Amino acid sequence: MNLTKITKSQILSVAILAVLALPVGVSAQQGQSHIGRYTGNASTGKELYYRYCWGCHGFRGDGGGENGPYLNILPRNFVAATFKCRSTPTGTLPTDEDLYNTLVRGINNSNMPSWIALTAQNRADLVAFIKTFSQRWKTEKAGEPINVPAEPALTIDSIKHGKELFTKLECWKCHGPEGRGDGPSASTLTDSNDQPIRPYNFSQGSRFKCGTTNHDLYKIFMTGVDGTPMPSFADVVKPEEAWDLVHYLRTLQVTHKSPELALWMTTKEGAEYVATQRIHETPTGSGVQ
Amino acid sequence: MTTGAPGGGTVTGKVTYTGTPAKAKPIDMSKEPSCAAQHATPQLTESAVTGPGNALEYVVVYISEGAPSESAPPSSPATFDQKGCHYTPHVLAFQVNQELKVVNDDQTSHNIHPLAKINREWNKSQPPGTPPLSEKYDKPEFISVKCNIHPWMHGYFAVLTTSHYAVSDGNGDFKMPNLPPGKYTLTAWHESYGTQTQEVTITGSETKTVNFVFTAKPY
Repeated sequence: MNLTKITKSQILSVAILAVLALPVGVSAQQGQSHIGRYTGNASTGKELYYRYCWGCHGFRGDGGGENGPYLNILPRNFVAATFKCRSTPTGTLPTDEDLYNTLVRGINNSNMPSWIALTAQNRADLVAFIKTFSQRWKTEKAGEPINVPAEPALTIDSIKHGKELFTKLECWKCHGPEGRGDGPSASTLTDSNDQPIRPYNFSQGSRFKCGTTNHDLYKIFMTGVDGTPMPSFADVVKPEEAWDLVHYLRTLQVTHKSPELALWMTTKEGAEYVATQRIHETPTGSGVQ
Repeated sequence: MTTGAPGGGTVTGKVTYTGTPAKAKPIDMSKEPSCAAQHATPQLTESAVTGPGNALEYVVVYISEGAPSESAPPSSPATFDQKGCHYTPHVLAFQVNQELKVVNDDQTSHNIHPLAKINREWNKSQPPGTPPLSEKYDKPEFISVKCNIHPWMHGYFAVLTTSHYAVSDGNGDFKMPNLPPGKYTLTAWHESYGTQTQEVTITGSETKTVNFVFTAKPY
């Protein structure tokens, strides 16, 4: 009936207005983000958040949205302000750009989509608003982005040294000796919400949780993936050595064509390794032994 | 609030439990042979460590209200050791902004992952033979600590604002010396059995006894 329809939409409008009228509790200066040439504004971001984000991330930004319980990896809790994908050291706040990049890229292998459908200004506004959920942004500054030295030339020695690091740092305990996410500790891993979580499986894909490039991979293990079992190795790996590990890790990605893999396959050891690994990863998973 | 000058009063006491605590279970460390080899008998779980006479160990007793203000945390670090894939001490009490030193005495890597909710949550890898890690916390909190590589490892950091604290030992005994005169609220915290408070007043150099009794849970 027409009367019912009008009444329902009126109720909905009032409800939306009531939500938007809620206080955000942020001062004019602090409700801002700065990414490149964009300045984001929290009050504009608030409207976007309650349209696009709160279904998963929740009314209070604590990850307790309606969709939350159905998601394998729970949505980020902005109140706790622990973020996975950063360029800053473990335990520190990400930069505005880190948050913006997460919105652009989404979080690979999770339910967080890429928000390139929105404009850059939208994303900057959302970053500004997201920062209002946690008191930490009022009392703490964002961490200092880690120094990533220029990538040295790719050599077989670099890959071999990376392999030594992989063994010495015991990455295989979780990631497994072939990086297939099947290490001895893999089955018992839980994230900081006590949810079971699996380590990254290098042999299956090219995209990491926090990016796709060598630079992203470098940052992942040198800042840790906060909120998950993946620790930061910044205290135990020298920045120059870290590139060797990046080169080696690329050779574990046997289904992804990279210069590192191509170079590795010119060695006898590499060629044999890739031949055996590729058979295991047939699409049906039948894995000829 | 009185100043931080050490006083002459002492509070001693004993922490005990009533009821039946959960039975400590042996930990299977076969996934980490270098650690399993260090235990002639298996390490037991430590969610409720008891002693003779229904004593309760690892209870943190501290002044939660009325504590004299402190000027600076101690300069010596609080040390947390990983040995035999086990945290020593099981509960480490230290102060806000005091240095925390984490040592890996094992032949395996550990990652030190304190699950702070009020303080920053960080997670660092510590391979064998690497130097101790140094960190600190700037807010009081009871923080659960775990190693993701070895899921049986559990410990706690009790980050406190006061230097007047003690952790009950294997006999449930604790002692808090050097208390200036004042009216204090003591809080006792146990990781499984919750918290309790009691009030105590120190007038001079006397020793007061404050005992805590927790109700044990069988699970």
